[in-house]
Amino acid sequence: MPDLTLDGRPLHVAAGTSVAAALALGGDGCSRTSVSGQRRAPLCGMGICQECRVSIDGRRRLACQTLCRDGMQVETRP
Amino acid sequence: MNEHANLLIIGAGPAGLSAALAAAPRAKRIVLLDDNPLPGGQIWRDGPQAKVPGQARRLREQVLACANVHWHSSTRVIANPAPNTLLLENAERGWQIDYDCVILCTGARELLLPFPGWTLPGVTGAGGLQALIKAGLPVRDQGIVIAGSGPLLLASAATAKSNGARVLRIAEQASPAAIASFAAQLPRWPHKLLQSISLFDRQYRSASHVLAALGRDRLEGVRLKQNGKVVEIACDRLACGFGLIPNIQLAQALGCAVERQAVAVDSWQATSQPCVYAAGECTGFGGSERALVEGAIAGHAAVGNRQAAQRLWHRRARWQGFANALNTAFALDPALKSLADSDTLVCRCEDVPYAALTGHSDWRQAKLASRCGMGACQGRICGAATEHLFGWQPSAPRPPFSPARIDTLLCLEHTRDA
Repeated sequence: MPDLTLDGRPLHVAAGTSVAAALALGGDGCSRTSVSGQRRAPLCGMGICQECRVSIDGRRRLACQTLCRDGMQVETRP
Repeated sequence: MNEHANLLIIGAGPAGLSAALAAAPRAKRIVLLDDNPLPGGQIWRDGPQAKVPGQARRLREQVLACANVHWHSSTRVIANPAPNTLLLENAERGWQIDYDCVILCTGARELLLPFPGWTLPGVTGAGGLQALIKAGLPVRDQGIVIAGSGPLLLASAATAKSNGARVLRIAEQASPAAIASFAAQLPRWPHKLLQSISLFDRQYRSASHVLAALGRDRLEGVRLKQNGKVVEIACDRLACGFGLIPNIQLAQALGCAVERQAVAVDSWQATSQPCVYAAGECTGFGGSERALVEGAIAGHAAVGNRQAAQRLWHRRARWQGFANALNTAFALDPALKSLADSDTLVCRCEDVPYAALTGHSDWRQAKLASRCGMGACQGRICGAATEHLFGWQPSAPRPPFSPARIDTLLCLEHTRDA
């Protein structure tokens, strides 16, 4: 049962939960801000659209293809 | 450090797993990779809220138990730096793999078409919502509208309902006549008939499609055209997908011929390139049963067991019949080409509106003038959309095929014959 941090707030999720699901479990579900300033959330759910890209421990990753792990730091704002 | 595979299989959905199992007894070293954390592809995606069928679990276990099958999870193909060589990346590292033979099982993605409001948080693909729910997305007590086309709408609705959502409407764009004629053919595939009965939902409406997603900062409702009438439904989520399109980018990069927007294969599942096979949805949308048999044929053929491959031809023909019926029934209504307003964003990566695209003659011109398709998804979403809307042919992909780390690209220094 991983414990992670989402935009600075602690979050506890079930094992096997994707970071994309964690965005909705611990926040408003949004993953990034678009080039014109709109907030966006995961769209395709299968690693194609790149809407769910977030920063995880400082690296850009796709939230829908990444499973939550203990100690992860997930950031959705630049 | 370079890795070697006698047989490389790209994609671990039904086709890839089935190919690995068929090839295992005769292949020396098989490498199976997928960009997802777990094998199973989209249809057998596992997760805290997923119900993976027994058949899928057994196949997965059988494949992973083969001592000569090496499984790489969360691994993407980044480039093809030399013949029979690919550059790969996972969360930790990049590396090159060379192979004697490759089977492409790259699956399909949803056709997502732009309509007003589709960039609002709360709007997802239809299969997209299903995938997100399986991986733990909470939907309990949420009101959900599902729209678009194809059997995936019903499957997505079933997953949402079994996780506590209220499915308020399923809007299928196909006409009642098209659906009735498809349903009349279903007894040819009794298993599919039973499946469709079990998925039946009284909120299902044919000849219905989305007009707009409504809301300010996130989705609050949806406007539908339902049998000629405009209706609005308040909801928490809209899941909208217009059927599946084959993922052919890697095949194109390897020089494989493409026919009708799918990888062209012969009866051995061989592509136009030597030692490159393809199986499953990347050769045309047809469902998991067809993918399983195509994968097995490709696996047998790739290791020279032509007899075993040939014995499966009749089964493939049976499921190809189902695929053909499906593709005829759910052909898209031309009205769906005019959903976007002038300010509707078509390219979601570079935020390019519809108005910036009209007037261009082709994809390349539109791209150079507007940056459409030049963002992180590299035109996977908007390229397919503009192909549907304007008939533009997206250009063949160039490496890197998806965003990659500099460290990974530095591995190219070790390319043989570079």
